[in-house]
Amino acid sequence: MNALRNIGAIVEKEWRHYFGSPIAYVALFVWTALFGGFFYLVFDRFLTVSQRAMQQMELGGGPKLSLNEWVIAQVLHNMAVVALFLAPMLTMRLFAEEKRQGTIELLATSPLTDLQIVLGKFFGALSLYLVMLATGFVNFLPLWYYATARPEWRPALSGGLALLLVGASFIALGLFVSTLTRNQIVAGSLTFGLLLILWIVGWMDDPMAGPVAKALAYLGLMNHVEDMMKGIIDLKDVVFYLSVTGFGLFLALQSVESQRWRA
Amino acid sequence: MIEVESLTKRYGTHTAVDNVSFRVQKGEILGFLGPNGAGKTTTMRILACYLPPTEGTARVAGYDVFEQPIEVKRRLGYLPETPPLYADMQVGTYLDFVAKIKGVPSASRKARIDEAVEKCRIADVRGKHIGKLSKGYRQRVGLAQAILHNPDVLILDEPTAGLDPKQIIETRELIKGLRGEHTIILSTHILPEVSMTCTRVLIINKGRVVAEDSPEALTHRLKGAAGLRLEARGETGPLFDAIRTVPGVVSLKPRTGPGGSATFEIEAEAGRDIRADLARTVVQRGFELLGLEQVGMSLEEIFLHLTTTDAAQETPAAEPTEVSA
Repeated sequence: MNALRNIGAIVEKEWRHYFGSPIAYVALFVWTALFGGFFYLVFDRFLTVSQRAMQQMELGGGPKLSLNEWVIAQVLHNMAVVALFLAPMLTMRLFAEEKRQGTIELLATSPLTDLQIVLGKFFGALSLYLVMLATGFVNFLPLWYYATARPEWRPALSGGLALLLVGASFIALGLFVSTLTRNQIVAGSLTFGLLLILWIVGWMDDPMAGPVAKALAYLGLMNHVEDMMKGIIDLKDVVFYLSVTGFGLFLALQSVESQRWRA
Repeated sequence: MIEVESLTKRYGTHTAVDNVSFRVQKGEILGFLGPNGAGKTTTMRILACYLPPTEGTARVAGYDVFEQPIEVKRRLGYLPETPPLYADMQVGTYLDFVAKIKGVPSASRKARIDEAVEKCRIADVRGKHIGKLSKGYRQRVGLAQAILHNPDVLILDEPTAGLDPKQIIETRELIKGLRGEHTIILSTHILPEVSMTCTRVLIINKGRVVAEDSPEALTHRLKGAAGLRLEARGETGPLFDAIRTVPGVVSLKPRTGPGGSATFEIEAEAGRDIRADLARTVVQRGFELLGLEQVGMSLEEIFLHLTTTDAAQETPAAEPTEVSA
């Protein structure tokens, strides 16, 4: 009970920081603008393609185009990349700023455990990300109202879950990096670099690749969203993101604890 | 209320706190005195459960800082050297957050905050952003933060550092006002502060406790070592030789006095009263004794005396030139 209240207090505090500074507004603005932009572009292409398909259908046959596959999955996939760019913005100040301001001393000398502090900060950032996801999904709502062949909600939700999971792993890793320095810019840049590397190693996923490359590619942070965004929830993928998130939080906790021993 | 036993903290090869032991009774205000880098902050941080000790134990309100830190933290208010404030928060919001993480029950939260605000006289800035406050106000908000959950023990690290004289006086009054309700440890390198606010002084240098007593007793105890001023009529040379024979004289410095008299500054062994011997000797040797007075050492001198041991060994208590940084 106490633990939940403590975590809640930290979450609330992080929200005050986010909305007391331009960070939340900038992140929300960039996110929703890009979400809408991608949605417009993808949807526009969908219309062109489906018109062509209809013509083909008149001629007999042709594929039936699904909004889920052609629009929602596409947009979500793009937004996963946008999340990779925005996540460092959400996480860079979490610990770095506490260290710079000396407020980490307040947290560390209050009756909180280090785990509560880490989790509070994680859920603070994650909940803002959740708000971003929700505002993005508003874009899709008209599809349910106006499309003749409505999209299915199950694959759309599983796509949302994929975006949430991948974002959670970005945030957990960023949170860890933020514990390493007292400089926000350094934390942000390092996080961005780390996430980029973990994205790019996924590109080695090639049928011809050797075992080492395949193993590295497995760590690719973007390599496990594909199926989920199409509506196939594979437990392996879910476990992958939860593991990365857990690992990031574990490292953050270790880092916070060990710094006290060395400080 | 606070029991510290053979506490040691090492950073690599550097020993910041070296085998420090002391006790603080309930309701006392203990002043931690020492030059910068003496280990005051480190000791306080260990007590506040911010740093683990390398060796030794510390107990606050009966709980070990290492074994049961959460219990200790519940009963302890801590104001670090730089008040831990969020510049982007309003004072009221900040205190509300602190009350939550300090475990103040929601039913009494508002009352506790109101009380701390009133005690620290920050009601007029309650709605302001902390980043816009003056240094004095920040210090007061920091203090409000420390007393918010009504802790048994208050640890204040240089609460008056960097304030202007008016703010210093206000802060001191504030701390005095907290006496009785809380057991307080405060650190400072401003000496008058100690005699003004503390009931007991602990002088610490290079990680070691060099003296521990009440401010008055400390001054008293070291008076013997502090010095005597003797004025006599006669020639300086023979007088000098005469005084030197008195047992207990540690150092002797002639000062030229007005019109045919000679003045000497004498330092005696600590705790030994040699005034009677001095008077007798001077008179027996045929000089006229004009005056003999005790020159009390101010806390400042005691402090310098105790913390600049190297200088003191060469010329005992004679004008130490520097305070080791």
